[in-house]
Amino acid sequence: MSAPLLSLRGMTKGYGPVKANQAIDLDVAPNSIHAILGENGAGKSTLMKLIYGVEAPDAGEVFWNGAPVHLHSPGEARRLGIGMVFQHFSLFETLTVVENISLIVAGTKATLAARIRELGRDFGLEVDPFAEVHALSVGERQRVEIIRCLMTEPKLLILDEPTSVLPPQAVGLLFETLRRLRDRGVSILFISHKLDEIQAICDRATILRAGRVTGNVDPREHDAHDLARMMIGRDMPPPLHPDPVEPGEVRLELSGLDHAPDDPFGVALQGVSLSLRAGEVLGIAGISGNGQSELSRLISGEVRLSEARRDDVRMLGQGVGHLGPGARRALGFAFVPEERLGRGAVPEMTLSDNSLLTAHGQGMLRRGFIDRVREAEFTAACIRDFDVRTPGPEAEAGALSGGNLQKFIMGREISLRPKVLFVAQPTWGVDVGAAAAIRQRLVAMRNEGVAVLVISEELEELFEVCDRIQVMHKGHLSASLDARTTRAEEIGRLMIGADGVAA
Amino acid sequence: MTLRLVRREKASTRMAVLAPLLALLAAMVLNLLLFLAMGKDPAAVFHAMLLEPFSSWAGFSEVLLKMGPLLLIAQGLAIGFRAKVFNIGAEGQFILGAIFASAIPVYFPQATGAWIWPAMLVLGALGGALWAVVPAFWRVRLNANEILVTLMMSLIAIQVLNYLLLGPWKDPMGFNFPQSVMFQYDAMIPILLPGTRVNVSLLIALFSALLAWAYMQRSFGGYQFLVGGLAPKAATYAGFSEARAIWLSLLIGGFAAGLAGAAEVAGPIGQLQRSISTGYGYAAIIVAYLGGLHPVGIVASSLFMAALYIGGDNAMVSADLPVAAVRVFQGTLLVCYLAAVTFVRFRLDFGASVEGGRV
Repeated sequence: MSAPLLSLRGMTKGYGPVKANQAIDLDVAPNSIHAILGENGAGKSTLMKLIYGVEAPDAGEVFWNGAPVHLHSPGEARRLGIGMVFQHFSLFETLTVVENISLIVAGTKATLAARIRELGRDFGLEVDPFAEVHALSVGERQRVEIIRCLMTEPKLLILDEPTSVLPPQAVGLLFETLRRLRDRGVSILFISHKLDEIQAICDRATILRAGRVTGNVDPREHDAHDLARMMIGRDMPPPLHPDPVEPGEVRLELSGLDHAPDDPFGVALQGVSLSLRAGEVLGIAGISGNGQSELSRLISGEVRLSEARRDDVRMLGQGVGHLGPGARRALGFAFVPEERLGRGAVPEMTLSDNSLLTAHGQGMLRRGFIDRVREAEFTAACIRDFDVRTPGPEAEAGALSGGNLQKFIMGREISLRPKVLFVAQPTWGVDVGAAAAIRQRLVAMRNEGVAVLVISEELEELFEVCDRIQVMHKGHLSASLDARTTRAEEIGRLMIGADGVAA
Repeated sequence: MTLRLVRREKASTRMAVLAPLLALLAAMVLNLLLFLAMGKDPAAVFHAMLLEPFSSWAGFSEVLLKMGPLLLIAQGLAIGFRAKVFNIGAEGQFILGAIFASAIPVYFPQATGAWIWPAMLVLGALGGALWAVVPAFWRVRLNANEILVTLMMSLIAIQVLNYLLLGPWKDPMGFNFPQSVMFQYDAMIPILLPGTRVNVSLLIALFSALLAWAYMQRSFGGYQFLVGGLAPKAATYAGFSEARAIWLSLLIGGFAAGLAGAAEVAGPIGQLQRSISTGYGYAAIIVAYLGGLHPVGIVASSLFMAALYIGGDNAMVSADLPVAAVRVFQGTLLVCYLAAVTFVRFRLDFGASVEGGRV
C-alpha cells in the first residue's frame, strides 16, 4: 500500500458522557474509494466532522501526506484539498446553478459556467449551469454539490450517505462518476450503511461500531454477512417477506384525488388513487419531494378538503376528506409522520406529555383535566414494549436519538390499536437493529388485520414489508404492483418517470 | 474567536430560576450607569425605587393596589403568549373594559343595590373581550398579524374614550373637564383592607391566577395551547385547531384586561377619566414574561412590577428622577430578562473551545 494521503491516529471525541469516537485510526490511500461503514449513531458523522474541521477532537492526530496538520475550520480543510458533500444539500433553490457556485468560488459567471460544463463532461456530471435549482431533480442537485466541491480541486472528497436520496438508476451514474474521479487522482471517503454499494465500488472499508473501529477490510473479499456482523455486532435478522394472506374489506380509499397545495413550492397531486384493505401492507415508493408529503397530509387530515369533496378520501367506509386529524383518529386511524421532532412529537415536552398528543383518548382525560398517573402508565408501557432507550417518561422528547424517538412515536400510535396505520419513512435515521424491529412490528400489525400504509424512500424496505407497491412521481401515483413479483428496476423506472406518464 | 448559541440538551433548571434575578442585577447595573450619567445619586434612587415601597404599610398597600390589574392582565396575556398569540393590545382592552363598566353609573347614576359593581365587572370583562374579537377574527380569516391589529385597536380605544369624555359622557357639573360623573357608592368595589385603597378585585386577580394555573398546568385545553406555541406542526398533526387557540387566546386576554379596566374605574379612580390606565396593558406584557409565563411566576413578577411603579413615583419625588427614567428601567429589565432566558435553553459556545482541543 502506498503512503497514505490522510492518516488519523487515536481520534477521540466525546459529547458530554457520550463517546462518539474512541481512538479511531484511519488511513486513506491515494486513488482509493474508501468506505466508512456503520449503523446510525456509530460515529461516522462525527468522524467526518473531525476530518473536515467542523469539530475539534478531544485527542488524536491528523497527518496529511505524512505531515501533521491541525484542522480548525472547514476553510482550512478546503485549503489542504479536502471537500465534502453533505447528506442534506446547501443550495439556494431560487438561484441558478452557476449563481450558487459563484457564492463559494471566485470567477465570472461565464468562466464558471464553462468550468461547470467541462467538469460535467469529464466526470459524467452534466447539469445546465443556468437552470434554477428548484427545478432540478435530487440527483442533479447532488451533481451541483459535487461540482462545487470539484471546483476547488480537492485531493479528497467526502460523501455523506450520497445514495440515500437517489433512485437506483442515478446510483449507477454516481458510481461511474466516483470511479472516474478516483482514476484522476481524487480519493473518496464514502460514508454509508448499505453493504451492496460498498462492495460495488469501494476498495477499502473501515467499519465503525459504537464509536470504535471494528474492522478494516477489503470489502470485495468479504460477503455481506461478514460485513453486517462487524457493523452491528451480531447476525442480521432474517428478512420478513410476509406470507400472502387474503385481505379483508377496504379501509382507506382515494379515488382520483386532485389537489393543488397552498405552498407555491409544493407538489400538485393529480388523479391519485389507492385502495387499502384490512390485513395488507401497501407501500408508496418514490423519491422524496414528489408529492408524498402533500399526500400524507391529505390522508392524515392535516390538510382538509371542502365538505363537497369529502368522498375523495374514504376511511372505514366513510367520506372523511373534510374531517380533521382528531376526527379521523376517532374512527381508528393512526399516523407516524416523517418529521419526528416538531410534528410527531414536541421536542421541549416530556415523553409523557407527548403521549397526550394523540393518545389522550386512552383514558388520560377526566372532565378536561389531565390524569397524570394514566399518562405516565401509558408512556411507561410504550417505553417498555417498544424498547425505547431513555431514562424514563419524564425525559424530554428532544433529548432522544432519532431512532429511539421513532420507536416511541411508533409505539404510541400502535398503542392506539388503530384499524388503519399510516407510517411515513418508518426507519429514517434508525439504526439497523431498531429498523428491523420496526419492520417486524408493521408486518405483525398487518397479520392482526390492520390496514397498513407505508411511505418510504428505501426500496429494500418496501420489498421487505409490503404486499403491494405504488410509485409516486411528480404528483402522480402509479398503478398497484405486486411486491412479490415486481423487480426493483421496474419500480426504479417509475420513480424517475422513465415509463412515460405514470398513470 | 466566534460566539455561537448552542442548544442545551435539556433546559437548565438552575438558569430558569436564576434568569429573573440575573436580569434584575443586569438592569440595575445598566441603570446605575444611566443615573450616574444623569448626575443622580444611584443609592438614593435605588433606595426610593426598590426599598421604600416595602418600608411602610401605607406604601405597601399601594403596591398591592397596583398589583391587582397587572396580575389580572398578565395572567390573561400569558395564556396567549404561550400559544404564541401575541396580544399587545391589552391597553385598549383595558380601556374598553373601563368604558363598558362605566356605562352603568353614567346612565343610572341614581341606581342602588349590591348588584351594581359586580355587574360593572362583568360588563367590563365582556367589553374587553369584544375589543379582542376584531383582531381574532382578522387573524383567523385573513391571517392578519394580531400584534399590529391589537396595537392599532388600542389607539382606537383611546379615541373612543376621548370622544365619550369630551361628548356624551362628560359630567355636566364637571366644569367642562373631560371626565364622567363620580360613581355612586354601590358602583364602587368594596374595600378589602380597611384604611387602604385595596379592594376585593385583588382577590379576583389572585383567584384568576389559580384558575390560570389549573388551566395551563393541568387541563387538556391548556396543554393544547402549549403544543400550539411550542410546535405548531405537532398541533396540526394532533388535530388541535389553530383557530380555536387564536380565538381563545385573544378572548381570554381581552376578558382579563377588560375586567382589570372595570375594576380600576370602580375602584381607586371612581369615575371614567382620561388617565385611567398608566400603561398597565403594556407593563403587563413585561410582567407576563418576567414571570416566565407561568401563573405562579406571574404572581411574583406582578408584585415586583407594582413595587417598581410605586418606587418610581417615590424616586421622582425624593430623588428628582424624570418619569421617563422609570420606563427606561422597566424596558431595560425586560430586555435583560429576554436575554437571560435565552440561556435557559441555549449556552454560549466560544469559538475558542475549538482552538483549545489538541489535534
